[in-house]
Amino acid sequence: MLVQPISDAIIRVRDITVQFGRTRVLDGLDLDVKRGEILGFVGPSGAGKSVLTRTIIGLVPKVSGRIEVFGIDLDAASSSERRRVERRWGVLFQQGALFSSLTVRQNIQFPVREYLRVSQRLLDEIMVAKLVMVGLKPEVADRYPSELSGGMIKRVALARALALDPELVFLDEPTSGLDPIGAGEFDELVRTLQRTLGLTVFMVTHDLDSLYTACDRIAVLGNGKIIAAGSIADMQASQHPWLRQYFHGKRARAVIG
Amino acid sequence: MNGDPTLERITQGGGLALCAAGPWTARFAPVLERMVADAEKLRGTRPDIFIDVSQVSKLDTFGAWLIERLRRSLSHGGGEATIAGLSENYSSLVDEVRRVKETPEAETGPVSITAMLDQIGRVVVGIGGTIIGLIDMLGAVLVASGHVLIRPRSFRLTSTIHHLEQVCWRAVPIVVLITFLIGCIIAQQGIFHFRRFGADIFVVDMLGVLVLREIGVLLVAIMVAGRSGSAYTAELGSMKMREEIDALRTMGFDPIEVLVLPRMLALVLALPILAFLGAMAALYGGGLVAWLYGGVDPEAFLLRLRDAISINHFIVGMVKAPVMAAVIGIVACVEGLAVQGSAESLGQHTTSSVVKGIFFVIVMDGVFAIFFASIGM
Repeated sequence: MLVQPISDAIIRVRDITVQFGRTRVLDGLDLDVKRGEILGFVGPSGAGKSVLTRTIIGLVPKVSGRIEVFGIDLDAASSSERRRVERRWGVLFQQGALFSSLTVRQNIQFPVREYLRVSQRLLDEIMVAKLVMVGLKPEVADRYPSELSGGMIKRVALARALALDPELVFLDEPTSGLDPIGAGEFDELVRTLQRTLGLTVFMVTHDLDSLYTACDRIAVLGNGKIIAAGSIADMQASQHPWLRQYFHGKRARAVIG
Repeated sequence: MNGDPTLERITQGGGLALCAAGPWTARFAPVLERMVADAEKLRGTRPDIFIDVSQVSKLDTFGAWLIERLRRSLSHGGGEATIAGLSENYSSLVDEVRRVKETPEAETGPVSITAMLDQIGRVVVGIGGTIIGLIDMLGAVLVASGHVLIRPRSFRLTSTIHHLEQVCWRAVPIVVLITFLIGCIIAQQGIFHFRRFGADIFVVDMLGVLVLREIGVLLVAIMVAGRSGSAYTAELGSMKMREEIDALRTMGFDPIEVLVLPRMLALVLALPILAFLGAMAALYGGGLVAWLYGGVDPEAFLLRLRDAISINHFIVGMVKAPVMAAVIGIVACVEGLAVQGSAESLGQHTTSSVVKGIFFVIVMDGVFAIFFASIGM
């Protein structure tokens, strides 16, 4: 068994199979994410990392298997239970997925306004607090997404994902398309937020730097299964060919220095 | 300590302590906000106020901010409020929200007579801009056509055929159906009212002239503006949004030549064909109703039709079709290329493409009516 049963798992995925037509993308996959950790999720392009993320958050239907988030079986949950679970997680999509016809302010306030009856004053204050947390100036509040740079879009999208103070966030390639300095800052930011808010982070990434600096644990996807899970040291020690290439290739050596 | 969050006031000697307890989290934000607003009224009553948070079981950004807001507000009135009993876990969170300096107000435009007049003025100036934009696009399309004439190899035949299929072939069923029904309705109404004068047979004159000169082409043009003009705007608009048009330009292609010209050409070819099919369907529908409802048998209908209409009526209708197609195409492409970054802007421009397209089609029809009347056709 690669994955030991963990009592304090915030996400528990068991024997998940996902199929598109005849292609089986995930094949009997098991995965646990522990409370309070940052899990880095890696694998070759097209291995199904985003598919697993989307399956857990319910955007892709699965053929079989069982997904528990916060100890609630998402298939057995009633729609109101599901909504309660959805309120407790935040998702950062690869392209940000900001609402293009709303300003930054409205984007961040949108989930809060829908779920909580609070005054406009508190909405504005919380919005600014989130912007400050993700390292943006309050002046960007009245800009539209089309007026933001790529890095700012990611930050605003993270602020929106954090708007309701979720316990769990899914980050789909958060540092892709950022310059190395911006990516480094983003990793640092995720670390800080995890410390201050006690977040659990599920991060799909290709960025070796992120794995080294931000993640507590790493899971590797291949052939529709988790082929390895553990600390960065475990990954480096692994004899799996893809892992050897990934962690001992030219780029990896550059990162380790 | 679960259940609801609380904020108790405890007087100790001369000082006052506010004891926060329970979960101070987003879920309870409405309750917390009320409690904090209440406690803020204590401002200035005591020199020193302690905010004791040691009993808080859970804290997130909402709770941390509200405690910080309370501290700031109580410190304003000359007194000094301090937060005490903050656990190790949460101190960094409170430090984080402490960095919030001021909150900018949402920008709201002035609402007044001036603003309304300002708006009207902008719309009027915008009309001039629209017309210049259309002429600009017409010029660009002509220049692109010139390029293609000089270098015929650069003409995009596949793309043109593809668009021709979309706007012509696939539009045939709906165009034929609608014009057929309109033909039926015109004939039925004509017969119903002409019968009172015993002039049933004149319905054929009305139907022939109306369908071939006006209704056929106008109706089809309006349908095409709604069906294909909107599609052009949406296609070009979403390409603009995703920087695909910029990508074309940087590769050394002229977007007008690659995207606009094939679409325009397809539309200019399609509209006369559709208008012709539409006119035939309307005549057929009218003839059918005249026969079944008015008792005008097909032979008499055709004989009367031959007397009533001349080739001029048909030419007048057909000449208008490509011009209207060009107007619809230019409006649709101008609107598509004017789309900005948001989904809302795409919707606005698609709407205005259809509205302006139909408007200009009707204006053109009026201009043509005057023109043909003065040359006696």
